[in-house]
Amino acid sequence: MSNPVFAAVAFAVALALAAGCQLIPNEFFFSAAYTVLLYVILATAWNILGGYTGYVNFGSAAFFAIGAYTTVALYYAFKLPLAVTIPAGTAVAGLAGLGLGYLTLRLRGVFFAIASLALAVVLFTFVVNWDYVGGARGAYVLQPTDVPFGLPRYIHLLFAVEVLMAATALVIARTIETSTIGRGLAAIRDDEIAAESAGVPTLRLKIFSAAVSGALMGMAGTTFPYYLSYIEPSSAFSLSYAVNSIAMPLIGGMMTWTGPLIGAVLLGTVQQLVQVTVSSAWNLLIVGVLLVLFVTLAPEGIMGWVQAWRRRAARGVQKRD
Amino acid sequence: MEISPALLFNAIIAGLLLGGLYAAMSVGISISFGMLDVVNIAHPGFIILGSYIAYIVNSRYGFDPIAVAIILSPLFFLLGRMLYRVYYVCFEKRGQESLRGLAFFFGILFITEVALILVFGVDYRTVSGVYTDVTWRLGVVDFPLRMVVPFLVSLVMVIGLQLFLTHTFFGRAVLAVAQDQLALRLMGVDPVRIKELAFALSIATAGIAGALLIVIQPLEPSVGREYIGLVFAVCVLGGMGSIWGTLAGALVLGLAESFTATFFGPSWAPAVSFGMLLLALAFRPSGLLGR
Repeated sequence: MSNPVFAAVAFAVALALAAGCQLIPNEFFFSAAYTVLLYVILATAWNILGGYTGYVNFGSAAFFAIGAYTTVALYYAFKLPLAVTIPAGTAVAGLAGLGLGYLTLRLRGVFFAIASLALAVVLFTFVVNWDYVGGARGAYVLQPTDVPFGLPRYIHLLFAVEVLMAATALVIARTIETSTIGRGLAAIRDDEIAAESAGVPTLRLKIFSAAVSGALMGMAGTTFPYYLSYIEPSSAFSLSYAVNSIAMPLIGGMMTWTGPLIGAVLLGTVQQLVQVTVSSAWNLLIVGVLLVLFVTLAPEGIMGWVQAWRRRAARGVQKRD
Repeated sequence: MEISPALLFNAIIAGLLLGGLYAAMSVGISISFGMLDVVNIAHPGFIILGSYIAYIVNSRYGFDPIAVAIILSPLFFLLGRMLYRVYYVCFEKRGQESLRGLAFFFGILFITEVALILVFGVDYRTVSGVYTDVTWRLGVVDFPLRMVVPFLVSLVMVIGLQLFLTHTFFGRAVLAVAQDQLALRLMGVDPVRIKELAFALSIATAGIAGALLIVIQPLEPSVGREYIGLVFAVCVLGGMGSIWGTLAGALVLGLAESFTATFFGPSWAPAVSFGMLLLALAFRPSGLLGR
């Protein structure tokens, strides 16, 4: 499937989902689905730098929070609507990814990983001390009472927006993956020195993928203040975003755009169920344990199993012929 | 703002004492990351684990937390050996340490933190001992013993490690692993075994550092991740794998944090170490890569 066709199909499916699910009478569904979709975006974004390029970003929460707090700041300053704050938050987070990439991607990969963690703590301290957006006390962002498109409640709109965002993230990831850029990134992942000497512009490609990845994470954050109506630094910078956005691609499989999608849907749904039936602390423990189990025992993830099974099936067919 | 000499002297002393603690917390990273090239971002998780073990024994039986940690450090040593063995078999041997190895340690850090939260909750815990509530005064300068004792213990530990690494066969083998693993193999020494023991040593220091930390300040499980930036900043500032450098870097960071807390407010202090790390990474990359 060519990329334009894939994009058309993805957006058609997204629109159908966004419209079709409005018939579901259960309010909890929208809130749970919003969270799962949020993870689909975060995992897909993380995989652009982590899976395709091989650089680990521990600062997903930082980029996510940049998006969220851009929305808060613009809401406080100018009462701007979502239609403006979404692109603004995406752009600011993209610039942050660009800056962090420019400063640290020249070094060994591990330094980028540590610097991304550092970014999260520095920004967290900054937001805690920034009184205009509420500081440590947090900030209220009221959902508008009149919901467009005749939808019954604001969460319905947020869900629809989130479906479209997830489709956008997947289309971008697949486009990068199948283009020359994607092949360049894969070359960096496999052997950076060899890629550099073969003429791949490694630094530029790495910075590009850091910026795209950061921008998409920021995009996921822009609707978050509206989702909770209240935001405070420790929920926006929660470590669970960082852990989930690493665990989901690792569990799903990092080589293609389908891996993070599968990982996020599976793990996200399990977490929603555990959160309701047991507690949220347990569901973080589950994510941590699954991450360690998969990374040690099944490093290729679920998609790795699927591919191995397909290869076996193909061999079986050949034998029968 | 008017700066009184008393405030200044107190900030300097507090910074140096804090730096002593930071040296104990970071010396393990200087061994594992600086010398062995094992990026153990779970190190602060083991520090907090050490804090909680000291806390349990202290609150149940009233033993001195630092003595408990030193007596129990062989347990951390064993834990370190097991951890390195898993890491070696699953990642280092397959050449996957850069991405999956990092994710592995991140997962371990996360599991320690969440498990501690599940058992103990998010309340701040503290320990008590004969010296925790005593403060010596020298003129205008305060010397709280709950900071002086960890400072001295840390100093003894760091100097002991330096002597151990430079004056014993095993220590020199560790330094050799850092320089050239192939040469070590040619001398008939197994680098994997040396790395396993050295990594175990680094985890043992984490256990002791944990007890020192909880003597100095009350803590809850999730403070661990705030120290990731700190330990790596110290290791990088100290020149990656030099024990004396670690001590110097730790004292510099301790002073920087103490001054920030005194003159800008304690809420800015956590950003100092991460900020210095970011600056060091961004503007002195040649110093970092010149290994």
